[in-house]
This record gives sequence, structure tokens and C-alpha cells, in this order.
Amino acid sequence: MTATAPADVRLLADDVETDLRASVRKAIDKHAPAERVNGLYDGTDDVTAPLWSAFVELGLPGLLVPEDLGGAGATAVEAAAVLEELGRAAAPSSYLTSSVVATTVLVALGDETVLPGLAAGELTAAVAVRPTALRHGPAATTIVGAPADVLLVPEGDALYAVRGATATVVPSLDMTRPLADVDLDGAERVLLSSDASAAIDRGLMVGAGLLAAEQVGVARWALEATVAYLKERRQFGRVVGGYQALKHRLADLYAQVEQADAAARYAAATIAADDPDAPLAVAVAASFCGETAVHATEEAVQLHGGLGMTWEHPAHLHLKRAKSDELLLGSPEAHRAVLAALVDLPGPRV
Amino acid sequence: MPDLDEKALARRVEELLAAYPPETTDRLDFLHARFDAGLAWVHFPEGLGGLGLPRSMQPVVEKALYRAGAPDNDPRRNGIGLGMAAPTILAFGTDEQKQRYLRPLWCGEEVWCQLFSEPGAGSDLAGLATRAVLDGDTWIVNGQKVWTSSAHIADRAILVARTDPDQPKHAGLSYFVVDMHDPGVDVRPLRQITGEAEFNEVFLTDVRIPDADRLGEVGEGWKVANATLSSERVAIGGGAFPREFGMIGKVAETWRSRPGLRTPETHERLLRGWVDTEVARITANRLRQKLAAGVPGPEGSAMKLSFARINQELSSLELDVLADDGLRYESWEMRRPTHVDFTGRDAGYRYLRAKGNSIEGGTSEILRNVVAERILGLPTEHRVDKDVAWKDLPR
Ligand SMILES: Cc1cc2nc3c(=O)[nH]c(=O)nc-3n(C[C@H](O)[C@H](O)[C@H](O)COP(=O)(O)OP(=O)(O)OC[C@H]3O[C@@H](n4cnc5c(N)ncnc54)[C@H](O)[C@@H]3O)c2cc1C
Repeated sequence: MTATAPADVRLLADDVETDLRASVRKAIDKHAPAERVNGLYDGTDDVTAPLWSAFVELGLPGLLVPEDLGGAGATAVEAAAVLEELGRAAAPSSYLTSSVVATTVLVALGDETVLPGLAAGELTAAVAVRPTALRHGPAATTIVGAPADVLLVPEGDALYAVRGATATVVPSLDMTRPLADVDLDGAERVLLSSDASAAIDRGLMVGAGLLAAEQVGVARWALEATVAYLKERRQFGRVVGGYQALKHRLADLYAQVEQADAAARYAAATIAADDPDAPLAVAVAASFCGETAVHATEEAVQLHGGLGMTWEHPAHLHLKRAKSDELLLGSPEAHRAVLAALVDLPGPRV
Repeated sequence: MPDLDEKALARRVEELLAAYPPETTDRLDFLHARFDAGLAWVHFPEGLGGLGLPRSMQPVVEKALYRAGAPDNDPRRNGIGLGMAAPTILAFGTDEQKQRYLRPLWCGEEVWCQLFSEPGAGSDLAGLATRAVLDGDTWIVNGQKVWTSSAHIADRAILVARTDPDQPKHAGLSYFVVDMHDPGVDVRPLRQITGEAEFNEVFLTDVRIPDADRLGEVGEGWKVANATLSSERVAIGGGAFPREFGMIGKVAETWRSRPGLRTPETHERLLRGWVDTEVARITANRLRQKLAAGVPGPEGSAMKLSFARINQELSSLELDVLADDGLRYESWEMRRPTHVDFTGRDAGYRYLRAKGNSIEGGTSEILRNVVAERILGLPTEHRVDKDVAWKDLPR
């Protein structure tokens, strides 16, 4: 009854992915420790630029760009590993908006003008649609991913590359993912394609699928940090993690995070293989992983007690990232609506 | 033979089919031949129904035999034998025991049941009271077991009994294979909330077990029993499931065929259930890939937790979707089924039967303890009875 059949894909990390992950984590540990990420909320950003330079040095912005345009010609599986590490540290980066979503749109369009700059890490780009959109639509004036050197602005079915737009960052729930008001007045625009809807849809679909990996990273951090804390924290003369009520909550959380991990891997692997099951896999992963990250970080705050409520402790960075990620590129509910059509389970006629 | 690739394996299946054409071969003859050709369970060793191949190659055999219309060994009739007894026999049995038990087990000539739980020992299995006393080279067993699924159709059983009451509870146990046709074995049906009696009470009175039917050393019963319990969880979590397997398949079928029943609220629950089932399917696949790569995953217990929850949520949803028809129940007639089937009969039955999924094979509470302690490394539960001789424990 479902439109596509399950794909037989590898769901375990190979050596390439494991090595990549290790170097990404090293860069993030160095440039984006939690205390510095915290500064973003007080208007000091000494993380984004040095972390991006480190990413450029590792060749990460070009992972999804074909080799003949200066990219690495890698796959969604490697990009997912990068995003999972970013989620684990709640680190700020335009990796998702520029190196995944905008890059995928441009690759789908066969662009050769902007991609080389993106691959080299000299430019960043962002698609100017509503942050919560999961399909192409009209251009939006408040977007994520800006400031960026190039904005990809839709107009009807057409897509323009806009340079020199002004972007004013506004306070956002998750300051690690800046929200900006953009003003295109007087900016220079070049037509990229008069028929870009499918390319934008693909970029947003791949974005949602790989965002699931970031959500797994966020959730895994929350689980591990909470387990570690509850092994240390003592009340009533014993380690709090020995109370069964908490053991059971953490066991359930563990099961959920493991499953989210499998779902995100399946989504990345089907995208990488260009398998027809990818849209379904993405809808499933986006629905499941978005809620998992929110639940995991909410548990982390609660189970850290007063500490979890403080500005100092990194739990809030992950909570805010998780909640904002849940809305980004389509809410879990919106993804389930997509799924309903793919698996022939329509709702009631209204 | 260990280097057999998929092609060579497929050829072996063809040879079996050529030598024993399913349409003209007696069912049991075919199963015997399949076992002897190493095509029963390819990950078992040669000579014991397998070829020492990765478990992941089994589907090659299953698909080809299914296409050819070959008879199967009716696995739902002997789930405990195949999923729990067999891996335990393989791990702890002597060569003689493996030769004797595995062929009739796999072929379904001998159905097995599990004599573990007792009225006084369920989650705390190690506290069990059934006694086995050695008399010459025969053990004499007395006690009572309970919730024993399929005991009424079983020919053999795996049994844990106390052989040394002076030891602390975990240390004084031994593990045996019991002949269910022994005159001292009395099986009485125990009716379940579904109306059926899938499980039983089993009274053991002077049951005689030759020492040759002991699995593992005397006093090592706990270790052997744990192997049985973890194979059970691998069996539950490690399967290759099709999309929309199990309970979601039933609800989706109703949903598609009866548009008039749809409501916004049940739609939301249906889609969540679909997602949860698909995610469990993917996770089970990953677990299989890990097992094949020789990295046993700790997800077995976590998978069982999820399956229980999903089955319960979806079977409840099915009744809500059915609305007026959800009030019906096919029949409360007392039956003693020969097959265990979570998705059989009607929606009311499925709702009630799913309640057992979080109790049988370790309750969800106990599994959460297992995950928290063995995977997450959180402190263990207080165990006041750990170092006390079993005979001195309060009961
Ligand atoms: C359908 C079905 C089929 C079965 N088939 C078989 C079979 O074939 N062979 C066999 O040997 N057994 C079988 N069982 C038995 C099953 O394994 C036991 O019922 C189960 O282990 C629980 O034991 P109990 O019933 O004694 O409950 P108890 O152990 O008394 O538990 C009562 C409640 O207390 C909770 N609890 C107990 N200890 C703890 C703890 N430390 N922390 C938190 N909560 C705790 C339990 O989760 C449960 O909710 C079957 C059970 C069912 C329902």
C-alpha cells in the first residue's frame, strides 16, 4: 500500500565516517566549548567564525558539492555525521542552511556559478523561504541562515541569486541559529532558474532528513550528560541515579534515542543512495527525531534540578536548539501529514 | 564450506528442491532433508542444521523455498523451542545433546515449552523453589511452575530447578531438559483475559530426569537461564520485519477499507503509530547488521520495551477506530490454542493479548532495570537477598 519499498542500506558507520566524525568533534571541542557558545546569548560571538574556518580547512562545506566543481563529492551520510556533531555541542554554524540546504538546491539546478564558492568555503548561501517551510513557497523576509553572501530568493517558480542584501539579526529562541530580517532593496539579483520548485523541494527535503541527525546529536548529548550527572549527584545519602523512577525514565529515553539514531541513519542512507524511499524515510525521521530531541532536553533540564535551570549549565543551549530544530523545515506534525499521503493513510474528509 | 557465498547458497537450495520436490515429497521428509542439507538455520554449525554462515544469509534460503511452495516447520507452534531452547542447547549442550535435540526441535516433531516461572518466583526468577535431588544418575524433581505457554502441546521443556538450597539463590540452580510425557508432569490449563488458555500451570511430582539431560554444570543453572532469556530478546528484536508488520498492518487495513470511521484524533495516533513501527523496523534492521558484523548490540531489551508499547497503543487505537464495532468480541469460548499469535482473531482479542507483551519474557519494569544498569551503568537495585543461603530467605 505504501508508495515505495524499504531500501536495503547500511545502517552502521564505516571507517570514513568514523574518521570524519572524530576530526569534526575535535574542531568543535576546540572552537565551540559550551561557555563560549553561551556568549551568543549575551551578544558575544567568538565561536561562529573560527569554527567555520576550521570546517573550511577540513573541506566540510564542499562535502555535498560534486568534485568537478571543487567539492568532495561525498554523500548525505558524511554530511549527517557533521550535523550530528554540531547538535551534540549545540554549536552555531551555517552548515545546515548553506552547505546542505542551499547547496542541494544549487546542485539540483546544475548551478556552476555559486557552487564553487560554496565548496571552497569562500561563500555562504541561504534559501529565503519561511524557516518552518517544508516545501517551496514565496520568499520570506525573516529567514534562518542569514547573513549569507548569497540569498536564493524564489519568485513564483523562478529562483534568483541575490548578493548584497542587508540582513538584520533579531533575537531568536535559539541564538545558535540566528534569525534575520532581510531587505533585498537595491541588492543585485541574477536569475538562476525559471523552474526551481522541484530543486527547492529537494533542498528542503534533504535538509529535513539531515536535520534529524543533528537532532540525534542534541538528544544523545542530553542523555549522556544526564546519566553522567545522576551517577554523581547524591541526595538522601545515595546516588540519585539509583532511584528506580529515574532509572526507568532514562532507560526509556535511551531506547528512544537509539531508535532516533537508526531512523536518522536510514534517512541519510536513502538520500545518499538516491533511493525512491528517501522522502518517506525523511518524513519518518523528521517526525521521530524532532520530538526525541525536545523530550531528551526537557528530561535533561528536569533531572538536573535547579542546575538545569541555570544560565551557566549547557542544558539550556540544547533545549533551545532542540525546540527550534523541531519547528525548522517542517514540524513533526507537518511531516506526518506528508507521510499520510506517501503511505495511503488519508485523514477524514473535512 | 564457511566461504559459501549467496550464489552457492542459492544453488544448494536448488539442489535440495531438485532432490526433494515439495509437491511430491512428504512434509516431514522434506524438513529432515532440509535440516540435513544445512538449510534449516544457516548460522548453526554444519551437521546441526546449519552451514556456519552469517545469520543475515537466512533470507536467501527462506525466499527461494517460499517461492517453490516448500512446507515450513510451522514456527509459531514452537516459538520457545526455536527462539529459546535451541540457542541455549547450542551454547551449553554436549555434542550428544545437540545431536539428539536439535533436529526434531527444528522440524517441529518435538514442541518445547519453558518451565521457568513459579507462583513465588517471576521477575525474581532466581528465587524459585522447585527442587531437584540426585538419586544415582537420575534427578527427582518436585515443584510447581506457572504461566507455562504451550505446555499442553509440548513434548519437551527447559527447566530451572534448585539443586542446592544451602547456596545463595543464584548459585544453587541447575538447568535441565524435561520429557513432558513423564507421568509426574501434570499440565492444567490456566485461562487468560482473552478467554483462552494459552498458558498453563504445571505440577511436577517425582519427575525423573536422567543426569544426561542436564544442560551446563550443576549449580550453573542461572548462567544457562540467562543465555535463554537474552536469546529470547534477540529473537524478538532481531527479526527482519516487512514494512507495516504486526499490529500497524491490522489498523492500517481497517483505516483504508473503512473511510467513514476516520477522525482527526485517531488519524494523529495512527500516523504516530506508523512512524513508531517503522522506526522499530529500522532499529531491528540495524541490530541485525550489528549482529552480522559481530558487534552484539545492547538494544535487545530496549527493542522488546518498544514492541510492547507499540502493540498496546495500536491495538487500543484499533478499537477506538472501530467505534461501535469495537464493542464486539468474537467469542469467549475457552480454547487451548496451538499457535501463539499476537495479531490473530479480532481487534478485541488483539487488545487483550497485547497486555501480555509487557509481562511475558521479562516485564517492562524489569527490562528498564536491565537497560539502566547494564547499558547506562546506573546503580543496581538494592539486593538484600544476594548473599543469604536460599533456604534462609523469608518467603
Ligand atoms: C502471556 C504470558 C506468557 C508467559 N509464558 C511463560 C512461559 O512460557 N514460561 C515461563 O516460565 N513464564 C512465562 N510467563 C511468565 C512471565 O515471565 C512472568 O509473568 C514475568 O516474569 C513476571 O513475573 P510475575 O508474573 O511473577 O510478576 P511479579 O514478578 O510478581 O511482578 C509484579 C509486578 O511487579 C513488578 N516488579 C517486580 N519486580 C520489580 C522490580 N525489581 N522493580 C520494579 N518492578 C518490579 C513487575 O514488573 C510487575 O509489574 C508468561 C507470562 C505471560 C503474561
